[in-house]
Amino acid sequence: MAEKRRIRDSQQAETEHLSRWKKWRRASNKSLKKALSEIKGLSSYLVLWRHDIHSIEGKFGTGIQSYFSFLRFLVLLNFIIFILMFSFVTLPTIISKYGIFNSTVAYISPKNIEDICTVYEPSGNKGLVYFYTYLKDLLSGTGFLELTSLFYGYYSIDAVWISVMRYNLPLAYLLATFAYLALSFLWIIKRSVEGFKHNLVHDADPFQSYCNKVFAGWDFCITDPNAARLKFRSLQYELQTDLQEEKLKQKIAERTMEEKLRIYSLRIFINIIVIAILSGCFYSIYRVTVFSQENSNDVDNPNSQVNLLVQYLPSMVITLANFLGPLIFSFLIRFEDYTPAFEIKLTLLRCVFVRLANIGVLLFSLWSQISDCASDKCKPCGYNYKLYPCWESDVGQEMYKLMIFDFIVILAVALFVDFPRKLLVTHCSCKLVQLFGHKEFEISDNVLEIIYGQTICWIGTFFSPLLPAIATIKYFIIFYVKKIVLIHTRKPAARPIRASSSNFFFLVVLLIGLLLAFVPLGVSIAHIPSSKACGLFKNFSTSWEVIPDTILQFPTGLQQVLFGMASEAFAVPFFVILCIIMFYVIALARAHKRVVEQLREQLVLESRDKMFLIRKIAEAQRYP
Amino acid sequence: MGGSASLIPRDLLGEYQELTFLSKQEILLAYKRFSELLPKEERENACSARVPKSQILTLPELRANPFQHRICHVFSTSETRDDSMSFEDFLDMLSVFSDSATSDVKSHYAFRIFDFDDDGTLDRKDLEQLVNCLTGQGEESRLSRAEMEQLIQNILEESDIDKDGTINLSEFQHVVSRSPDFASSFKIVL
Repeated sequence: MAEKRRIRDSQQAETEHLSRWKKWRRASNKSLKKALSEIKGLSSYLVLWRHDIHSIEGKFGTGIQSYFSFLRFLVLLNFIIFILMFSFVTLPTIISKYGIFNSTVAYISPKNIEDICTVYEPSGNKGLVYFYTYLKDLLSGTGFLELTSLFYGYYSIDAVWISVMRYNLPLAYLLATFAYLALSFLWIIKRSVEGFKHNLVHDADPFQSYCNKVFAGWDFCITDPNAARLKFRSLQYELQTDLQEEKLKQKIAERTMEEKLRIYSLRIFINIIVIAILSGCFYSIYRVTVFSQENSNDVDNPNSQVNLLVQYLPSMVITLANFLGPLIFSFLIRFEDYTPAFEIKLTLLRCVFVRLANIGVLLFSLWSQISDCASDKCKPCGYNYKLYPCWESDVGQEMYKLMIFDFIVILAVALFVDFPRKLLVTHCSCKLVQLFGHKEFEISDNVLEIIYGQTICWIGTFFSPLLPAIATIKYFIIFYVKKIVLIHTRKPAARPIRASSSNFFFLVVLLIGLLLAFVPLGVSIAHIPSSKACGLFKNFSTSWEVIPDTILQFPTGLQQVLFGMASEAFAVPFFVILCIIMFYVIALARAHKRVVEQLREQLVLESRDKMFLIRKIAEAQRYP
Repeated sequence: MGGSASLIPRDLLGEYQELTFLSKQEILLAYKRFSELLPKEERENACSARVPKSQILTLPELRANPFQHRICHVFSTSETRDDSMSFEDFLDMLSVFSDSATSDVKSHYAFRIFDFDDDGTLDRKDLEQLVNCLTGQGEESRLSRAEMEQLIQNILEESDIDKDGTINLSEFQHVVSRSPDFASSFKIVL
C-alpha cells in the first residue's frame, strides 16, 4: 500500500506539468470511474441469489456453482421472454377484451374458406362439474384452461386502435416470436464469448492443458475444510487420470493392424446398436403420440382418470427414454475402448441427441396427425379440421403437458429418490445398501434436464404465450429444490468439473436446443396452414403471410428495396462477398500463426545464446 | 455497518477506494472482519494494528487454502518478517483477489505466491511443491515420482518458451492469460 501511495504521488507530481485541458480530462475520467463503481456497487444488490450462489461456491467449488449460475441465467431469460410476449401480445388483447380501446375481431373473407373450417367449440366446463375436473384441466390444459390467454385460441382480436394508430396484432404476435428467438440467440452467444478465450493460434486445447489444471487448479473461494479435502482428492485423481491417458494415447498409436481392425468393427457394431435403440425409441414415441391423440379427443369417456393417463402418455414415454438412454449409453461405451475424456464427450453427445431428438419426434408425429390428408380429411381447410379445429392450441397443450410433467418428475425424483436414499445409506449398514452409496451431483445430467425444459419452452411459446411465465416459476422453484438436495444428500463428483469448460458446454448445448427449436417453429409458421377456426391468422393461409401482406402496404419505394434485398441479384453477390471476407480472415489467422511460431523459435535461440554467454562468463571468472 | 463507517475516516476511505480495486462496501466489510480478528482492546486502532499470522489463518477464506502461508508471506509488509498483516496489507490482498482486479495484477501475484523459494523464477522444485500443495498433505495423496516427473515435463513443455528449464514472470503471465479458468478460480470475496 505504501508503494501504491508513492506511485500515486509521483503521478500527481507529473500532472502538475500538464496543460489545463489534460488535467481536466484526467479529473473527469477519475470522477466517471468513481461514479461507475458506485453504480456497480448498488446494482450488485439487485443480482438474484447472490448470497446463495456465493455460499455454494464456498462449499462446493466453482464447477457446481456454474450450474446454479446457469439456472439463474435461464430464469432471467425466461422472465424477459415472458415480459416481451406479455406486453406486445397478451396485454393489448386483454385490454381490448375489456373494452378500453377500440378493437376489431378477425373475420373470415367468405369467398375461399368453407364454413365447416370455422367450427370450433372448446368444451369449457358448463354446468355442474366435479372438482377434480378442474385439477384434470389444470394438468392437461383442456377444459377451462383452453379458453384462457394461456393458449393460442384466446387471441382473436385482429387490430387494436389507439386513437388513430392501428396496432396490427397478428404482425405483433409474429414479430414478438422472432424477437424472443433472436434475443435468446444473441444473449447465449454473448455469454459464451465472454468466458471463453479463443485460442485460434496455438493448437493446444486450453481446457485440457496441464498448465491450466495446475496454475488455475485451486479454487481460492473454497471456505469449507471438507470441501477442500474433496478438492485435493479430485485434483489428484484428475492429474493421475490425465497422465495415464497420455500413456494410453501412446499405446493406441502403437496398435497393430489387426487390433485396429477388431476395434473399429466393434465400434461400428456398437454404433449400429445405438442407432437401433434410438430408432426403437423414436418409433415408440410416434406410436404413443398417435394413440394418445386419437383417444384423448373422446369426450364421452366417463373414466377421466384413464383419459388423463392417456393424455400424459407421450410425456411419460419421453421421460422414460431420457432416463434409460444415458444408462444404456454409458454401459455400451465401455466396450468401445476410447480414451476416458473422449468417452465422456461421446456419451454426453449421445444423451443430448436423445433428449432433443425426442422432442423433434413428438412434434413430427403431431404434425403427421394434423396434416393427415388421406381420404380427403383435410380437403376444405388444408389440415385435419375434424380432429384439430384449432391445432395451434393442441400443440400448445402438448408442450404445456410436457413442461408440467417434467417439473413433476424433477420434484418427485428429489423427494422420493434422493432423500430416502440418503436416509437409507446413513442409517442402514447392510452391504447392499452401502454399495449404492451416496448419489453424486451429476452436473451434466442436471444440465441436460433443464436444457430439455428450455427447448420445450422455446418451441411452445408461439403456441402458448404465457408458457415462459410457467418456465420462470418452474426454474425458480427448481433452484431451491436442487440447492436443498445438494446440501443435504449428495457428495460432489469425484471427477472435477472445470467452471470454464462446463460453462462453455452448457451454452453450446443450449444453443443446439435453440437451433432445434427453430425447425418446428419454421415449419408451423411457414408451411402448415393456420387454423381458420381460432386465433389471429384466420385471414391468412399460413401465419407467415402476415409479413408479405404488411410489406405490400408499405410505400412503393420501400417495397422495391425490400423485394430487391430478397431477390437473387442481391443475395448472390452478398454471399460471394461474405466468402471473400471469410477467406481473408482465415488467411490472416494463418499468417499470424506462422509469425508466432517464428517468434517462439527466436526466443529459444536467444535463450541458447544467453546460456552460452553465461558459460563463457563463468569460464572467464574461473581462469582470470 | 453504520458504526464501522464512522471508524474509518472518510478521506482514508476515499484513498483506499482509489488505491485498490475494492468498492466502498467491500472495504467496510473488510474492516469489520479485520477488527474481529483483533482482541477487544485494540479494535479502536484497527487501522494501524498488526494481526499475527496465526489469527489471520483463522479466517474461513484462508483456513482451507493450501497456499495460506505463501499468501501471508507475500502480502505482509512486516519489518520483523513474522508474516503479520496490517489492515492495509489485508486490503492489498483482497484487492488482488477481488473480482475487478485485472488479469495482469492477478498473474503477477500468483507468480509470487507460487514461487516458494522467492528466487524470481519457477523452477522444478517450485513446481513440485506447487503440485504437492494441490494434491493435499499426507503421503498417500502425493503423486508418484514418475508421475511427478511426467507432469512437470508437460508443464515446462507448455509454458517454458525459451527452454531454459524455468518459468519466468513473462512466460507465466503468457500461459495464464490463455488459461480460461484462472480468472474465476483466483478469487476471494468476503
